[in-house]
Amino acid sequence: MAAEIHYQTIATLAARLAAGELSAVELMQAVIDRTRAVDDRVRAFNSRDEADALAQAAASDARRSAGEAMGPLDGIPVALKDVIAVEGQPLTASSRMLADFVSPYDATVVKKLRQAGAVLWGRLNLDEFAMGSSTENSAFGATHNPWDLSRVPGGSSGGSAAALAAGEAIATLGSDTGGSIRQPAAFCGVVGLKPSYGLVSRYGLIAFASSLDQVGPFTRTVEDAAMLLQVLAGHDPLDSTSFTAEIPDYRAAVCAGPRSRRLGIPKEYFGAGLDPEVAAAVRAAIAFYAAQGWEIQEVSLPHTEFCLDTYYIIATAEASSNLARYDGIRYGHRSQSAGDVTELYEKSRAEGFGAEVKRRIILGTYVLSSGYYDAYYRRAQQVRTLIRSDFLRAYEQVDALLTPTSPMPAFRHGEKADPLAMYLCDIYTIGVNLAGLPAISIPGGFTQAGLPIGLQLIGRPFREAELLATARNYEQAHDWHQRRPNL
Amino acid sequence: MPGADELDIDHVAALARLALTPEEKSNFSRQLGGVLQHIEQLRKVDVTGVEPTAHAFPVVNVWADDVARPGLTTAAALRNAPAQRQNLVVVPKVVE
Repeated sequence: MAAEIHYQTIATLAARLAAGELSAVELMQAVIDRTRAVDDRVRAFNSRDEADALAQAAASDARRSAGEAMGPLDGIPVALKDVIAVEGQPLTASSRMLADFVSPYDATVVKKLRQAGAVLWGRLNLDEFAMGSSTENSAFGATHNPWDLSRVPGGSSGGSAAALAAGEAIATLGSDTGGSIRQPAAFCGVVGLKPSYGLVSRYGLIAFASSLDQVGPFTRTVEDAAMLLQVLAGHDPLDSTSFTAEIPDYRAAVCAGPRSRRLGIPKEYFGAGLDPEVAAAVRAAIAFYAAQGWEIQEVSLPHTEFCLDTYYIIATAEASSNLARYDGIRYGHRSQSAGDVTELYEKSRAEGFGAEVKRRIILGTYVLSSGYYDAYYRRAQQVRTLIRSDFLRAYEQVDALLTPTSPMPAFRHGEKADPLAMYLCDIYTIGVNLAGLPAISIPGGFTQAGLPIGLQLIGRPFREAELLATARNYEQAHDWHQRRPNL
Repeated sequence: MPGADELDIDHVAALARLALTPEEKSNFSRQLGGVLQHIEQLRKVDVTGVEPTAHAFPVVNVWADDVARPGLTTAAALRNAPAQRQNLVVVPKVVE
């Protein structure tokens, strides 16, 4: 039986649209109907503009019937994490600070999606300013995991993962600073790719930690991730950290299969705190690759135990500096009860930011403050060098690393009330951001209770094609990615 | 590395321009005390002679061509301003 329209892949739908079996308006309407039916339970969206999406879909149909050149994503509904600017649409970062903000311009990735013909669909919930691992820290309420509504979808791009898993979009975009694409992808049973730092423009992405942030796709298959990455990747003069490199044909490379077959298993990623069912799924994946003739090697990333601390110094330091711009003056929330200008800053920020954002601004301000800079920030940057060297050394022996994405499957709302317990959810994903590497989470099984388990594959810098091919090798032999939640 | 108990929440909140309630001050002090205690373990790493990494792939001296290009209109730039008058953002008086 063919999947319902709202659960089909980009690859399938692009072919069906091209063959005239389906119109873009019919596709968009199917996605709207599905969203109306389930989003009061999932709560993935902060806002959506049905009329605007249907108008974009109608324009795609008009281009097709006029015989105009069609983009690779023409007529495909793609929803966006609410930190990516779309001109004329709300942009909230799930914060009271930006509750009424309207984007004055398009992010570069949005311009690229438009050029590719995609239908821009809705603004997805997140942890406020992308700070969190559960999408509970949203000023507009928590998102629910479609596989078990009492559980979190992960975070910070929880809305992006949940919307896709629930059939409320055909693909979505998220952003990943310490695991914010991969961990929710794992919790919701979808594919999530964090590209190499610099591969995808950050222009028009609300900044959290600028040396770590990267935009990336959520999709149902690895092939879809390749199709979406093709559109997103490439140099942008508006992002001075954007990388200038030849962009390969990702889909062709992925379909051709991996060129090398040496897989590393970092021993530090199987320590205390790893859920036994997650560990079993990863071990089964290792056995699968071995059976396929891959050379499996245990490798060591000796500074792994320091990743979390290094990350929480660097990320909060950069965040405290980036979020200084929200001062109630030019845009964003302004306190109505302030007297002088200093009080205006202090009260606007106090009223506009939620608890986790305040906590991280305080920590970041502290580690950068006079007398503490060398002890914390500079030292963290030095340890970052060592963490990065660990990965590069491992890549002398192997071509990709296989690990769990998250130490545990989706947890219940309210379960991780202590900030440190929440931060520990990211231990397997943050090293990748510190080292600037590409990594993907793919569906790798289910727990006895029916919760998705994610496998993480980490690749060499800017070798996304090889990474995706390695991931697809597993995906093609398993059907986890074809299962759908009961909603 | 300084001790975790040294976080002077009033001083740091003033630097961060955040008006915290007494309850937030006590919560954040306690919670961040725990995080700072965890961070103490970075002391164990020998970083002698290690260069700091600011970006994973350092790019230096990225220049843009000095060519005028269209920017936001005044109306677009002011669209999100909390208070405005005569194409200006209104703010509290900052000089006496």
